[in-house]
Amino acid sequence: MIPELGNFSLILAFSLSILLGVFPMIGASRQNQLWMGLARPLTAGVFVFLSISLAILAYSFVTDDFSVQFVANHSNSMLPLRYKLTAVWGGHEGSFLFWTWMLGGWMLAVAIFSKSMPTEFVARVLSIMGLICVGYTLFMLATSNPFDRALPLSPADGADLNAALQDFAFIVHPPSLYMGYVGFSVVFAFAIAALISGRLDAAWARWCRPWANAAWAILTLGLSLGSWWAYYELGWGGWWAWDPVENPPLITWLLGAAMIHSLAATEKRGVFKSWTVLLAIMAFASSLLGTFITRSGLLTSVHAFASDPTRGVYILGFLGLIIGGSLLLYAIRAPILKSEFGFGGWSREVFLLANNLILVVASAAILLGTLYPMVYQAVTGGDLISVGPPYFNTIFLPLMGILVLLLGIGPVARWKKTSKAYLFKQLSKVAIAAVVVGVALPVMLTLGVPVTTIIVTVLACWILFSLLRDIQSKIANKPDVWSGLKSLPVSYWGMQLAHFGFVMIMTGGCLTSIYSVERSVLLSPGESAELGRYTFVFEGTEDVQGPNFIADEASIQVLRDGEYLRHLYPQKQLYTASNTPATHMGIDGRFFRDLFVTLGDARNQGAWSMTLYIKPFVRWVWIGSIFVAFGGILAVTDKRYRRFKVRQVQRAAPVTNTSAQPVVEG
Amino acid sequence: MKNLKLYIPVFAFLILAVFMWRGLYMDSRTLPSTLIDRELPEFELRTLSEGDQLVSNADLPDEPFILNIWGSYCLPCLQENPIFMSAREQGLVPIVGVNYKDRDNLARDWLDINGNPFSMNIVDDTGRYGIDLGVYGAPETFIVDADGVIRYKHIGTINYQAWQDEIMPVVRELQSAHAAQSAATTGQSS
Amino acid sequence: MSQIRLWCRNFLVLSSLMFAMATTAQVDVFDFETAEQEERFRQLANDFRCPMCQNANLTHSTGGVAADLRREIYNQILEGRTDEEIEQFMLQRYGDFILYRPRLTVKTILLWFGPALFLIIGLWVAFGIIKRSASPNRNNDESGSEATRPEDLTADEQARLDRLLSDRLASDPSTGDDSPDDSRR
Repeated sequence: MIPELGNFSLILAFSLSILLGVFPMIGASRQNQLWMGLARPLTAGVFVFLSISLAILAYSFVTDDFSVQFVANHSNSMLPLRYKLTAVWGGHEGSFLFWTWMLGGWMLAVAIFSKSMPTEFVARVLSIMGLICVGYTLFMLATSNPFDRALPLSPADGADLNAALQDFAFIVHPPSLYMGYVGFSVVFAFAIAALISGRLDAAWARWCRPWANAAWAILTLGLSLGSWWAYYELGWGGWWAWDPVENPPLITWLLGAAMIHSLAATEKRGVFKSWTVLLAIMAFASSLLGTFITRSGLLTSVHAFASDPTRGVYILGFLGLIIGGSLLLYAIRAPILKSEFGFGGWSREVFLLANNLILVVASAAILLGTLYPMVYQAVTGGDLISVGPPYFNTIFLPLMGILVLLLGIGPVARWKKTSKAYLFKQLSKVAIAAVVVGVALPVMLTLGVPVTTIIVTVLACWILFSLLRDIQSKIANKPDVWSGLKSLPVSYWGMQLAHFGFVMIMTGGCLTSIYSVERSVLLSPGESAELGRYTFVFEGTEDVQGPNFIADEASIQVLRDGEYLRHLYPQKQLYTASNTPATHMGIDGRFFRDLFVTLGDARNQGAWSMTLYIKPFVRWVWIGSIFVAFGGILAVTDKRYRRFKVRQVQRAAPVTNTSAQPVVEG
Repeated sequence: MKNLKLYIPVFAFLILAVFMWRGLYMDSRTLPSTLIDRELPEFELRTLSEGDQLVSNADLPDEPFILNIWGSYCLPCLQENPIFMSAREQGLVPIVGVNYKDRDNLARDWLDINGNPFSMNIVDDTGRYGIDLGVYGAPETFIVDADGVIRYKHIGTINYQAWQDEIMPVVRELQSAHAAQSAATTGQSS
Repeated sequence: MSQIRLWCRNFLVLSSLMFAMATTAQVDVFDFETAEQEERFRQLANDFRCPMCQNANLTHSTGGVAADLRREIYNQILEGRTDEEIEQFMLQRYGDFILYRPRLTVKTILLWFGPALFLIIGLWVAFGIIKRSASPNRNNDESGSEATRPEDLTADEQARLDRLLSDRLASDPSTGDDSPDDSRR
């Protein structure tokens, strides 16, 4: 009975979304205050019913209601409670309901935090998001309803949640990833609203920026959590596999990064307006593309949900309609958006343009590599090729290298016009210092000349020193360092923090790829193996019982330079309900390096095969991404973004000229 | 004109969408064989029948035949078995088995219980010959012509539909070509 | 839903789950003669794709064929084969699918040179923007004639603007240079 209510609630959400998609939009064109005024209440309604649906699904999991097909497929009576709740997003139908609920959440947030925006604008934005919601809810009702029942013969117990998902990271990674991913629909809606109304000015950019940065920062965290989870869960120390399902959110992240920079320029200088709109559309399009790829079975991946061409066709149709329609709208209306001009050859605008260029090219390249096997198969009539990490690394890293090079100059350059002499004066010493330190460090530490490492350290020093130089020149006129630092706006600190974090990710990622070592050994209890300056002593295994699994837990003593460091306890698990094995690694994670041990198989007389790993600097990837996310949020905490209410005086003015009317009909 | 450039994203997207639509219906998991129209790789392995006698390519049938990769652990192979049995009873085409990564006693038991449709059973217990054949899991089936050249590969279970629509047409074509060829040679020699 | 459809769906879900699980850690213990051999082995096993898995390289797959192929690579390294010979061996048997680094052939030129092409096109577009921006006259009005630009301000709005600008100068000193934003002409 209760699951039926969940279904009904979903239908209500669908119906309200239709109303939301239609009436406020028409109301905005016709200046119908009543219809425009429906936007916020309808949005609240959609959110409420989506929440009810989600809550009911969660309730079905908690109460072990295996008459619901989705629950039967992804849960089990012995599953710990926290995983029963997170199993809601453990499969296609439930995760898509969760995704849609996220959209409802963002819509509600826009409805609440938009008091300073003109009614007409808000009506359009919410309508557009409502239309997207229509597509999502219709998809669920038509092809992937999480409330489908397994009646009259419901299973006595469920198939259990996939063992790899019974983990803390599964509690946090999908929600943050989806929240960020779905958040790009807000900026998309803003962009479409701008195209429809023909007005895109600094006010628009100012309203847009917090939403853009928030979505992007959250996506950064979501991606980072996914990477961290893959690292400690899958057992082979990899943190990014260039998998066809991992790549789309990276594309969204890259396009999102381009967009937030373009948006900053639009806000401050009024430039790049049509670029910003196009990037907003493309970032959102890539998020839909990601959904499509993951759920349609188009590309083979470990992450993909069970595939079904019907679903794929539906999502593709939706994709075509929304994205095709938006891009068409863009082509028709973009000329209306008049950007400022008059920036010179070495201005900050040019550097931001270069930034956009590289990020877009990188996104296009990743998309090319991801979809190429499919295109190849179609064009050659059946031949298969694979495009994997060797390709992506070869293409992506040099582009990022160029980006980092430019990153050292961009923030130092001035808006509109910067002389080359000025840049030279600011940065020549920085460049020299970067080369000197960047070469000296690796050479001294490795007593050799590792060329790739040197390139990485030189680039890292370049950014670090350029950053410090910029701070120094900005506080040069202040009485002392402390008051100088305090005078710098929070948004400036956000920018520097995010850039610093980005460089940390790149540096950590490159260095760990170069310097990670591993060794597979077969050890009997009492035997030990060495790797680097560490000795791993295998002390034997014991049986361990989890709530829904049994495991062999090994005890490994780790010595550094002969001295005791700590113990590690890797496990080889067997989840009894689904009869699937899993490994739980023993990890010693520190700032400068990680150690870990993965168990292989038991051999004769208590001996076990295992792999030992030393991975230097790998934590920098995730620590760096936290800085990036935090920096992105800081960049939009300025007071000008937090003005939620417009002063009454301005509101009272007559409608003729001062409201948000385009002066020229577009 | 500047305006036209703005339409590039739409068109690029539409082309992409068309490709993706086609892609939905393509099977990107079944590897096409690289050995079509190439000779069956050489082997020298023992068989399931008693004795350590080794067989090689020379011991294969001189007519078009089917080469089936199977194992006693393989459930879909069990599903194929009746079709092969009936093919053997009707004398349609010889079927040579490759017992892939299995154990002799288990394989023999399986054949005793389910019936042995194979005229000969090559033992590839390490899977090394399977690698030469580009095999990645049982069951897989090759159709080989009289000269030992691989002409067709089917991956996965052969159900009745596949047998009728895919396998037998190729077999018959090879058989008639072979018959024509032998008639020609006997005609020449007499 | 009918019972049979149900069963089929369960089976599909379960089997896809099983494939998903096939990429947990895999440990072979091979004895190599030199560290260089071991490094070559790791590199090769990383760059070959497991033919039966859902997108994983040979190192990370537990699938049966993957283990056989790893052992084969190990044997061939010990026999003294070069990396190219081993790659040829794999290609002959499993085709291009097994290489994670696609070969450069006529059919993959677009793949390998595509990104460079994108970069060149992008540079061309970017230079176009910069050039257009540098020219003082806006002669390139795409939408034909226009009486006024949408952002032109009325007297009321101009007054509000002047007031806001003087507020803003006081509170936000850093926008990259020392002069106030002159984004409004």
